[in-house]
Order: sequence, then structure tokens, then C-alpha cells
Amino acid sequence: MNTPNDLKYTKDHEWVKIEGDEAIIGITDYAQGELGDIVFIDLPEIGMHLTQFTAFGVIEAVKAAADMYAPISGEISSVNGLLDDSPELINKSPYEDGWIVKVKAFDIEEVETLMSAEEYRKLIEVESGD
Amino acid sequence: MQPKKTALYNRHVALGAKMVPFAGFIMPVQYSGILDEHLNVRNKVGVFDVSHMGEFEFRGADAEKTLNYLTTNNVAKLEPGGIQYSAMLFDDGGVVDDLLVYRFENHYMTVVNAANLDKDFEWMKSHLKGDVEMKDVSDQTSLLAIQGPDAVSLIKKITNTPLDEIVYYNFQLGKVAGVNAIISRTGYTGEDGFELYVDREDSEQLWDAVFEAGEEYGVKPVGLGARDSLRLEVCFNLYGNDMDQTTNPIEAGLGWIVKSKKLGGFIGKQPVLDAKEKTTRKLVGFILIEKGIARHNSDVYLGDKKVGYVASGGFSPMLEKPIGLAYVDKPHHEIGTMIEIDLRGRRLQAEIVQTPFYKRP
Repeated sequence: MNTPNDLKYTKDHEWVKIEGDEAIIGITDYAQGELGDIVFIDLPEIGMHLTQFTAFGVIEAVKAAADMYAPISGEISSVNGLLDDSPELINKSPYEDGWIVKVKAFDIEEVETLMSAEEYRKLIEVESGD
Repeated sequence: MQPKKTALYNRHVALGAKMVPFAGFIMPVQYSGILDEHLNVRNKVGVFDVSHMGEFEFRGADAEKTLNYLTTNNVAKLEPGGIQYSAMLFDDGGVVDDLLVYRFENHYMTVVNAANLDKDFEWMKSHLKGDVEMKDVSDQTSLLAIQGPDAVSLIKKITNTPLDEIVYYNFQLGKVAGVNAIISRTGYTGEDGFELYVDREDSEQLWDAVFEAGEEYGVKPVGLGARDSLRLEVCFNLYGNDMDQTTNPIEAGLGWIVKSKKLGGFIGKQPVLDAKEKTTRKLVGFILIEKGIARHNSDVYLGDKKVGYVASGGFSPMLEKPIGLAYVDKPHHEIGTMIEIDLRGRRLQAEIVQTPFYKRP
């Protein structure tokens, strides 16, 4: 299970990566593995305002649907349009090609409150019962 | 209660399966992924451990009579080596379970859903009449399903039984990979293939031999996830979703296994005859036009009017579209009708279509 050290994580299994004045958001490798084959993703619109820890979209996998929660507040500056036709990118590459949205005008202090990779690894150890 | 393990539990874990509780068992839901496993069965061959299914044996001079009264299909028509898809009904016509009836030379075997095993056993036991003995052999029986266009070629490599002589819904007793098996040309996928009933002790030997023989065909293990998507594509009903004690077999599309003219009748006959005259709803197939996957129990609307509910929903890997089965009130059940399905507060457009969604070429 891959949990890159340079990302921040939520207990709902989203990740955030800061790149300049944008924050990239996606779901974790653990989350995509638990969901299984993803077949649809309901993406928000550019310009929409996200509020930390509130739902902003839905992922439909073969087995089940899951809400995605915003790890931080901010305004959506881009969405990964490739996911419309190829939602399986989230399964194949959750931290790179399978990113979901980018956010601007966020508060770096909110980012700091999120979990480190090490903390997140402990969380999924507990959840997966290993 | 601790979930039971099938005799192949260690094989599944070694293969990296995701194990989940199901019907009192801990079962593999997926190995390489539901889509991948699904397509492997459609295009090549897949192997399922479905040892959780229940098997009951019936012996005695009145076994046929008893089973004929308990089930809707005509057991008297079965020849030795024959298999029948059938249903058991409550007195009010609701479905106890769907099942397979196997006729051997001197006895019968029924195969029932794992989730209904205890209920079915009690129900059947309480309706035994005359000289008939019933025995639950589920715990000592393992069941492997080998399904897909290459299934027959695969099994031919490990058996001398003339498989071509066994037509659909028939079986023979024979050895496969050196193991005594009931070799049954049946399945729950819509593909050609066999289901092999063997002794629990022999199941690992058979499993290993099947994978060794199947290597050249690209055989893969298949979990319950793809078992569900495969059966939904070909519209095989699933008990608990598409029928239960609140549905009668007519509206569930199972009129063809209800033989109301057979001698001696059967439990639930009159309510079923009534239902034939006046069913108010029908199980139909639909394709979602919009993105989303319908789930069991989602409401179905036509305008503002609730006209039914989703029985089974899922994604069809062959159509690459979301599909499902729904109970829809008459007269809104006609093919071509546009309905709406409520998915967590969102109404998604769907069209009622001809079933099955997929037929093998």
C-alpha cells in the first residue's frame, strides 16, 4: 500500500498535495483498493467552493458508492476531466494520473491540521485490522 | 457466530482474495478485481469456489412425491442424470427459495442458497411425507464452478468422462483430477461450463489441478462480486434481491418453472394460479442513461409517481453501462418506457429494455 510521505491525509482517505498556490486533491491508494473497480465519478464544477470535511462528489465503484469529502476549504480551480471517460485512472494511479480536483485560495493552516503519512499509515493499519 | 470457512479458504487467502462475510461464511469477494474477473469468464475461463451452497439428499420410495409437492417444477419428468431449476413456495405463494433438483438412480439431491439453508432445511423437513429420508450434506460437500468458453476444454484435460455427452442441465458421476465428482453442466454465469461437487477433503486437489490445467487458457479465480455481475447480465434471479417471501414466481419471471397442471399439485399452487390472472407488477430490466449505479431497494419513479423499486443493480462490463432489474407496476412495465431511479436523492433517467442484457455468442 502506497502512502507518499510528501502528502497530507484525512481520516476519510483523501490526500492533499501543495503545489505552488494550488492544492491537488485525490483519494488514497488504500481507498481505491477498498472501493474496487471505479466506474463513474461525479465531479464538481470549476469555481465551486469547497468546505473542509463536507462532501463534494461521489465515486461509484462496481460494489458500492462513496462520497468524497473536501480535505480543505477553497475554490476549485480545475477538475481532472480524464476521469469522465477513464475513472479507472483512480484505481491505477491514485496519486498521479488519478488526481481529482485542484483548489486555490485555501488556508495553509487547514492543511497543517491534516494527518501526516505516518499518522495515516497507523489509521489504515487499524482499519484494515492487520 | 464465527463464520464458516470453505475447504478452500487457505487457497483464497494465498491468492490475495478480499474475504468478506457472506451467508454465514467467510468468502472471497474478489481477487484481481470484479471487472477483470468478469471479463475473464466471458472471454476465457474462471473458477469459483461456491462451497457455501447447501446440498440436501432425499432417499426412499416417496422422495419423488415429496419433492414434487415441495417444488413448483415437475420432478416426475426428471430422468436419472437430469437436473431441474425450480422454486419452493410458502402457502401464500411467496418464494421460500430457488433451487436445483438432481435426480440420481436411487435418490435425489437439492442445491439451495447458503443464506436460506437453515430455513429451507426446516421447511422441507416439516413437509416430508411417507417413506423419505432427508440429509443435509452441505458441510462435507465442496462445489467448484468452472465457467467460460474454455471451461470444457480445460476440464477435458483432467477427466476421462465424455463431457460432450453431458448436455445442459444434466450430470454424470465421474473422476476429475482423480477425485470423485458430480459433473454437472450448469452454472450461474450464462457461459458454458460445469459445476463439480466433490468431497470437502478432495477440494484442494481438484482446485490445484484445475489451475494447472487452465494455465494455457489464462484461467483465473473469480469471487462473489463477479458472480453477481455475471448473473445480472444474463438476468438470472438472485434470491433476496429479485425474489423473496413477498414476491410470487410469476411476477419474478419464473412462470416457466411453475407446472400448475402436474399431478398432486404443490405448496402455494392456488395463490400462484391467482397471480397468473392478476399480477400487478413485473420484474423488468433497465439501463441507466445517466451516470450512476442503481442499488437494491432504490425507488423507481414515473414523473412524480412511485411505480416500483430496484431489485438488483450493477454495472455491466460487457455493455459498459449501468444495468439493473426492477419491480415496476403495470402498465408502466413495457419495453421502451423511460423511468427514473432515485439514487440518494438524485433522479436518474433509465429505460426499460429487453432482457437478458447479454447473451453469449
